[in-house]
Amino acid sequence: MANHQHAAPAPVGGSLVNATTLVCGVLIAVMLAVLVVRFVFGLGSVTNLNDGYPWGIWVVFDVVIGSALACGGFSVAMLVYIFNRGEYHPLVRPALLGSLFGYTLAGAGVLFDLGRWWNFWHIFAPGYANPSSVMFEVAVCISLYIAVMWIEFSPAFLEKLGLTEAKQKLSKMMFAFIALGTVLPMMHQSSLGTLLVVMGTQIHPLWQTPLQPLLYLLTAVTMGYAVVLFESCLTSTAYRRKIELHLLTPLAKVMLGFLAAYLVVRLGDVVVRGALPRAFAVSLEALMFWLETACFVAPLVLLRSEALRRNPAKLFLAGVLLMLGGSLLRVNGFLIGYETGDGFNYFPALPELLVTFGIFAIEVLGYIVITRRFPVLPREAATH
Amino acid sequence: MGNMNEIFDLGRKGLDEVERRLDISRRDFLQFCATLAATMGLPAGAEAAVAKAVESAKRPPVIWLHFQECTGCTESLLRAEHPTLEKLILDIISLEYHETLMAAAGHQAEKARLDAMKAHKGKYILVVEGAIPTKQNGIYCKIGGHTAVDLVKSCAADAAAVIAIGSCASWGGMPSTISPLSDSSPTGSSGVAEVLGKPVVTIPGCPPNPYNFLATAVHFLTFGKLPEVDDKGRPKFAYGRLIHENCERRAHFDAGRFAMAFGDEGHRKGYCLYKLGCKGPETYANCSTIGFGDAGENNWPVGCGHPCIGCSEKGVGFQKPIHQVAKMLNVTPPTQYPRIVEEQGKGASFASAAAVAAVAGAAAGAAVMLTRNLGLSHAAEEAERAKAAAKPEQGKTGA
Repeated sequence: MANHQHAAPAPVGGSLVNATTLVCGVLIAVMLAVLVVRFVFGLGSVTNLNDGYPWGIWVVFDVVIGSALACGGFSVAMLVYIFNRGEYHPLVRPALLGSLFGYTLAGAGVLFDLGRWWNFWHIFAPGYANPSSVMFEVAVCISLYIAVMWIEFSPAFLEKLGLTEAKQKLSKMMFAFIALGTVLPMMHQSSLGTLLVVMGTQIHPLWQTPLQPLLYLLTAVTMGYAVVLFESCLTSTAYRRKIELHLLTPLAKVMLGFLAAYLVVRLGDVVVRGALPRAFAVSLEALMFWLETACFVAPLVLLRSEALRRNPAKLFLAGVLLMLGGSLLRVNGFLIGYETGDGFNYFPALPELLVTFGIFAIEVLGYIVITRRFPVLPREAATH
Repeated sequence: MGNMNEIFDLGRKGLDEVERRLDISRRDFLQFCATLAATMGLPAGAEAAVAKAVESAKRPPVIWLHFQECTGCTESLLRAEHPTLEKLILDIISLEYHETLMAAAGHQAEKARLDAMKAHKGKYILVVEGAIPTKQNGIYCKIGGHTAVDLVKSCAADAAAVIAIGSCASWGGMPSTISPLSDSSPTGSSGVAEVLGKPVVTIPGCPPNPYNFLATAVHFLTFGKLPEVDDKGRPKFAYGRLIHENCERRAHFDAGRFAMAFGDEGHRKGYCLYKLGCKGPETYANCSTIGFGDAGENNWPVGCGHPCIGCSEKGVGFQKPIHQVAKMLNVTPPTQYPRIVEEQGKGASFASAAAVAAVAGAAAGAAVMLTRNLGLSHAAEEAERAKAAAKPEQGKTGA
């Protein structure tokens, strides 16, 4: 990457008060109010969780989907540092910022969902932890990754604060954190799929496969690139900046490669396991399966040619569809295709939803504040 | 430990002899040995050692003394419904002196005891049944002109081991019960250990479970020593846990389901008897695990619907009123219990469904608008680029 000369990152600047930040602020305030009730009166007072569905949207959306959508940093870093594609370097910091928020809030989301949250440290204490558990792997790995990501991102803060010496010292050790930052997400993103393997026959045959770890890993990488497309298109529209098409067009091609590999594994697995007839049954699960598959197939069609990959509208739409497809894969496995016994029922309660909305609002607000005040996005010559 | 293979050696001489001697099948005999080993909590393989010890029939001599008691301990041993138990007891040990069972009477009986003590000096087991009155030099219980105190002291002097059977011999039992109007029992009834001034093995209970006595005797026979005991001399294998800990009604206690009166709905449904005064929570014994009376599963006081009276526990049995609520030694039941209804979850409420729909709609709308704008600006750029590309050509043709 040393061979590549890029515009240095710089704060975007501008006012922090606008319609978007105000809406985010309100959503966050509502979430905090709900959380007060949750921590005083317990999970039952604000959620629809029950013994059959101990995991609701706080786990599935805030943690499982939230961390997958936060794989942009990992996916781009992998491309830049492992495959040595230095031309994508300007995408690293913004992608890492999204990841930082996604993961940090996923970690916080776990705390909201723990019935006896004050025991959260047990998983890190050797006397309490059960090292053969999938949950242990996920918890420790995600916690480590959050710490690693803050370190990876810290140059942005150090630059802002003028601590150049500290930044130089850090940059000498940075390779180790970058390596960790690439390995750790691979470990826990696949382990999130292993959680479904562990649930065994409680999962609908369309999602009940020992290949879940691989599917989760492949979709996490794909979603990471999709988020970068989405984020780039959105920020350039919102901040009226030029879209980095020269980066996004080849990036989309890489993404399609991962996507094609995923689809081969996914559909091949469904056919080989003989689960395909279940996809043609008249059921909610079958409908959701096709919806999910359509979201994964559509980008292949949308971005089939180089010319189409140069169209930001198509890139944006493909990114959104892939994010949706990856989210559906996770919702379908953990909630819709999950059957724990007769009579159990789950649909998130309104306060439960408000917390999830609030978490996403924190991510948006945080992204706006940090890009406007800290050097994250590449400096742009004033064209407007 | 014994060798398990020996158990399956059908041609072994010892087993044939046992079959003949006890008039029971080999299967029943081995089953009995396994039961005893399990009662003592011995590891796998111990049954072989027990079987070997029993079949070799060394038969330790036993002198059995009766003092202030009702003979209930002896009765429970002899009347065990298990077809071979009494036979085994009398086969395993050589009962040299036992007032209830011996044919001899009067001075002849006393002579038999003295002869046995002389012949088996230092080798016999002394079993004491009943409390020993100590007031006024023990004049309240005399046999052959000797007080109980003198008898127990002289017999214990040359004994290889002393076992106190029943609550009376263990700590005084029912005869030692103190009336609220006095500060000591009428005859000063005491346990064996108190009189001898040294700890002895105690098998408390009123009556105690015959298997606990038998297992203790067989332990002595098999390993040459008495089993491990607690601070009150009770074998740990039998008295190591509270009755409450392994009670079959324990789940009702934890869930807060109590019988409140005899014959009420809870009582008929087998709920916990704690509120009827069950002393299981403060009584150490294995009644709840091995039952009583050999009449099958659940045949013990609590299993029959009566609260435990704590007969084997000093300070509880015969001391506390039967229906007085027990003092909890570990967890006290709470006054309030969590509901045990399992929530199965609700479907979508109007508000939550509306919120999901609104957010999904807003997101979809925003995505569509953004895509359209991106598409429009892209089209405009493309058109501009096409125009820019076309201009020089136009210029050329124009020129």
